[in-house]
Amino acid sequence: MKLLLRGGRVLDPDSGVDGKLDVLIEDGRIAEVARSISHRGVETLDLEGLVVCPGFIDMHVHLREPGQEWKETVASGTAAAAAGGFTAVACMPNTIPVNDSRSVTEMILTQAQKFGRVRVYPIGCVTKGQRGEELAEMEDLVRAGAVAFSDDGKPVWSSLTMRKALEYSRIFDVPVIDHCEDPALVDGGVMNEGEMSTRLGLKGWPTVAEDIMVQRDILLAGYTGGHAHVAHVSSAQAVGFVREAKRAKLRVSCEVTPHHLVLDDTAVGEYDTNAKMNPPLRSKADIEALIGAAVDGTIDAIATDHAPHHSDEKCVEFPLAPFGVIGLETAVPVCLDRLVRTGLVPLGRLVELFTIGPARVLRLAAGTLRVGAAADVTVLDLDRETTIRPQEFLSKSRNTPFAGWKLRGAPALTLVAGRIAHDARRS
Amino acid sequence: MTRDQPVRLRSRHLLGIDGLEAEEIALILDTADSLAEIATRDIKKVPTLRGKTVVNFFVEPSTRTRSSFEVAEKRLSADTINFSASTSSFAKGETLLDTARNLESMAPDFIVIRHSQPGAPHFLARHCRCSIINAGDGAHEHPTQALLDAYTIRRHKGRLAGLRVAIVGDILNSRVARSNLFLLARMGAQVRLCGPPTLIPPGLERLGAEVHHVLDRAIEGADVVMALRVQLERMHSGAFPSLREYATLYGITSERLKGAASDVIVMHPGPINRGVELAGDVADGERSVILEQVTNGVAVRMAVLYLLAGEIGREAAA
Repeated sequence: MKLLLRGGRVLDPDSGVDGKLDVLIEDGRIAEVARSISHRGVETLDLEGLVVCPGFIDMHVHLREPGQEWKETVASGTAAAAAGGFTAVACMPNTIPVNDSRSVTEMILTQAQKFGRVRVYPIGCVTKGQRGEELAEMEDLVRAGAVAFSDDGKPVWSSLTMRKALEYSRIFDVPVIDHCEDPALVDGGVMNEGEMSTRLGLKGWPTVAEDIMVQRDILLAGYTGGHAHVAHVSSAQAVGFVREAKRAKLRVSCEVTPHHLVLDDTAVGEYDTNAKMNPPLRSKADIEALIGAAVDGTIDAIATDHAPHHSDEKCVEFPLAPFGVIGLETAVPVCLDRLVRTGLVPLGRLVELFTIGPARVLRLAAGTLRVGAAADVTVLDLDRETTIRPQEFLSKSRNTPFAGWKLRGAPALTLVAGRIAHDARRS
Repeated sequence: MTRDQPVRLRSRHLLGIDGLEAEEIALILDTADSLAEIATRDIKKVPTLRGKTVVNFFVEPSTRTRSSFEVAEKRLSADTINFSASTSSFAKGETLLDTARNLESMAPDFIVIRHSQPGAPHFLARHCRCSIINAGDGAHEHPTQALLDAYTIRRHKGRLAGLRVAIVGDILNSRVARSNLFLLARMGAQVRLCGPPTLIPPGLERLGAEVHHVLDRAIEGADVVMALRVQLERMHSGAFPSLREYATLYGITSERLKGAASDVIVMHPGPINRGVELAGDVADGERSVILEQVTNGVAVRMAVLYLLAGEIGREAAA
């Protein structure tokens, strides 16, 4: 079983390849990357004018299965991922029941095997029941297939628990991903604390509540030698702390969402619940710092924090609406248009943030087009113009802040293990 | 009706003061001026809103504002329905959207909404065809309160521009403070917001206010001093240690008013905690215009209903 990807610009930050090359796939793996590979007798996809990248990995999504299948399922979430150009997603454990045990991890992987359009990497809970007290059975979770630990949706609020998690997770060499907020300081805040929250009379969620937790995790990572990964970093100060930690060679990494890179808190406008997420949209100065950190290597990955909610749940008074927006089907076009086309982030760096960046954080043998790697491939069309139409999403949910945006640059083709998971070239 | 003002508002809703133009504010105040006279008549009723239906949808306790709206509506001959939290299906867990749709099915012309959540009136405005009037949404806005305050100030001072207005108390949680800030700054007054730093939200300077933490400085030379109601639950949240200490630092007394302009007026949106934010003798004294505020509330709310009804008519004709 061979497939030839012909004539595209191959861009693989891991191997440092960037040029007009062909990629030969054999039995679901990369067999050769070279100029003008003979296509005689080989099924061929002509990718002239397109950019061929390693498969994009979204290391932070909520698939909502088990327990909240009206918002999303493994089937719908991975279909959305494939359509959005992702070949793999890592799913957070705040399901119902939470993924703090082997049986839930296995259930998710079974669903992924049956219905998944892309690879699914479950993330297990740090603590039993996500209660922040006793550690979950990490060995059992890892053996079942968990690639990291997180109590995402909540912070690991106890410093003692976080210390133990960072220590104990060293056995397995996997990261502890923390949703960084000091709950006492957040104190029920629903949007970024600043002029906009004052104007709207909404309770503020100050950046300092994030900064304190990020710095705590960095200190604990330094003290324990564990790997702390900061989920969805949103503040200039926090990303500065991560930069310092990396300089000090601590085992600290972080991710940023597309919405925190392109939207500020004025997007809340007149109480738009599709601009409500946790952490909240911040200031223009924070955006600037985040983009700088994405470019200079402080940030390891762009992750969507895809958080589906039903429109009935979002169509309520702003303070009562659940936090979260979806991102799988908008991330790539938003980043290509607003970060790459604007010249803020070089294309090669963006691809790195979607591929080898998250692969390294999660120790995945992925995010690369080196010979022998699984043939997970994302093909981009930098000129394709799209309008974000939520009603056409493959996700079950519609809660996006990007509805109606006209963007240039989009995923064209998604291959998982050498098979087409999504092909947008035909439409 | 009056002078050179444009005789219309730009929106059919009154969701807040934020976003209103100075001309619109002046129009409402001028209209209130001409409607105030109705209250002095023997028969306090005009047929202006005859056949119009107003739903007073109060999802948070309120006596003063609800009664004031009701009086205003009745004086304009509107049919009124009161729909309050305790009697509504809210208690049964119905969403605001479903409640709004049900209210809308009765074809009201106005919904006057009081709600504990900021933005609830904006939510209704997105989902209803009728005119929405914000009667207070959480810590966001209370536009008719600011309008009646401005009306009261204007009657005493003849103007708003250039006046020094000190607003003292829990600015963080006060919709009255926000609406007054937006209105007074828009009309060219100098707004001084004063309270403990724990009850001052960020960004007020960029919204046009001076911020003070020392009462005497805020009051110095002030033409208007407005005290805000302090709520006991703020003490429990740690914003200040005791009501006693709060009163010492921020309570308006006749002694402290000595630093204000000689013709200062003292205002309060009510209900008053006597001896806490306002000394009893000041509340009852000759500088106090607190009961006038209540009287003026009716005329201002009549003006808002009257002008918005004009907008509804205009949209129907268009």
